[in-house]
Amino acid sequence: MTRLRWLVPTLYIIFLMLPIYWLLNMSFKTTNEILGGFSWFPAEFTIESYVKIFTDPTWYSGYINSIIYVGLNTVISVSFALPAAYAFSRYRFVGDKHLFFWLLTNRMAPPAVFALPFLQLYSALELFDTHFAVALAHCLFNIPLAVWILEGFISGVPREIDETAYLDGYSFPRFFTKIFMPLIGSGIGVTAFFCFMFSWVELLLAKTLTSVEAKPIAAVMTRTASTSGYELGLLAAAGVLTIIPGAIVIYFVRNYIAKGFAMGRV
Amino acid sequence: MVKVQNNKAWFMVLPVLFIVALNAIVPLMTVVNYSVQDTFGNNVFFFEGTRWFSEVLASERFHGALLRQFFLTATILAIEIPLGVAIALTMPRTGFWASVCLVLMALPLLIPWNVVGAMWNIYALPDIGLLGYGLNWLGIPYDFTQQPVSAWFTVILMDVWHWTSLVVLLAYAGLQSIDENYYRAAQIDGASRWAVFRFIQLPKMKHVLTIAILLRFMDSFMIYTEPFVLTGGGPGNSTTVLSIDLVKAALGEFNLGVASAMSIIYFLMTLLVCWLFYTITMQGERE
Repeated sequence: MTRLRWLVPTLYIIFLMLPIYWLLNMSFKTTNEILGGFSWFPAEFTIESYVKIFTDPTWYSGYINSIIYVGLNTVISVSFALPAAYAFSRYRFVGDKHLFFWLLTNRMAPPAVFALPFLQLYSALELFDTHFAVALAHCLFNIPLAVWILEGFISGVPREIDETAYLDGYSFPRFFTKIFMPLIGSGIGVTAFFCFMFSWVELLLAKTLTSVEAKPIAAVMTRTASTSGYELGLLAAAGVLTIIPGAIVIYFVRNYIAKGFAMGRV
Repeated sequence: MVKVQNNKAWFMVLPVLFIVALNAIVPLMTVVNYSVQDTFGNNVFFFEGTRWFSEVLASERFHGALLRQFFLTATILAIEIPLGVAIALTMPRTGFWASVCLVLMALPLLIPWNVVGAMWNIYALPDIGLLGYGLNWLGIPYDFTQQPVSAWFTVILMDVWHWTSLVVLLAYAGLQSIDENYYRAAQIDGASRWAVFRFIQLPKMKHVLTIAILLRFMDSFMIYTEPFVLTGGGPGNSTTVLSIDLVKAALGEFNLGVASAMSIIYFLMTLLVCWLFYTITMQGERE
């Protein structure tokens, strides 16, 4: 039995890779071939779909829009969450437990509940159809998550370090940026990864809050699927391209993801 | 850790409080507002009291969606948790292959949810998709656009594909924290494989598994995009779960009163589970 234990993860990874392989397979086929029937490999290998995506502004601007609001959101979430996580980890203050719980409830709030009121709120703020609106809206679930993960990592740093720094005459801001942030560097990296991840994969709010100017790639894909017939090859190529940024970030945090998923609390 | 009493710490929390409150409280007030009123357009509203709530709670549509939601969540948990633990136990613990496993397994988690739906749509198409074609070739009648059973099978398989890795990663993190000496002691005592799992590995994974179960519960409870892109809630209403029904009522039919009442009931349910989650994890930390 021990000799066959590699079989379980191997089968699982094959199960994971098959749909991705199929998407790749489709993305290199011509529309005619796709509709022609079942085949394991593209008979006429073509990169037409990819060329279309990189030359048609409605397509590639979708990617740019997505990356802009995801980046904005990651920066906002991490920089706002850092001091808050420090406060939750180091101090007791009036209402701290209630506040922490309330923050967490927002991570658990179904986006579907907020879709319509968000549309009205951001229209009233005249932010509708801007990258900023989506970045701010995604803070709803990303800031609580960031606070939660960072709090776990910060609690792993002994508070003697803080005290020693104060005795050495460091002011709080200088201590925080010069000594503390490098110490929890991997925690900040993991948190940024999670903010990136959840903002990147979310579609409902991103789609609701944008129309033309800040339309995310995901929404461009949905529109293509519904209006311009059934351009499966194009859809598959766009799908493949959305997997790539994720794959790149995973590679960078591969040694920390397991701990990060456990929210720094193992 | 001993914490110092310091109310000035509030200033460090204020920015977060402000930005989350903007996103959470204002919309929630809007929803509460709509849930007790009716309108004939032109921004003229009438107070309706609890009418929408009683209407929603009595409607078969809501019962159906809720039932389907619970069925989906229960099935997903029953498959993903044991499977995830089994994979975490058998995967390499350290070294190059462990990294390969982690990166490949985390990949589905980073794919936008609608792409997951679209990918599975292409994968499961009965005539040109690998899964659909394969099943039909094996003689199993399969068409997720026509048969509710096939649609359910696909939605569940898709979720297993998408989220089992989360359970694997959590369980793996739990296993990593076990000291090598425990295993050596067990070996000296001649403990069986089962005993090692039951008395060493499982207790160490208890905490992370609680997180896994509750995260999977809540995320599957608010699942929207993937089944929506895959089946659109169909065929008929057969895969219409809570979120899909809610968005249909709010943005599709602009049925504000009903949608808001549904939102609040839905939100209260997640709040309850969230409270459980918080209490359990905090207890785990105190121990």
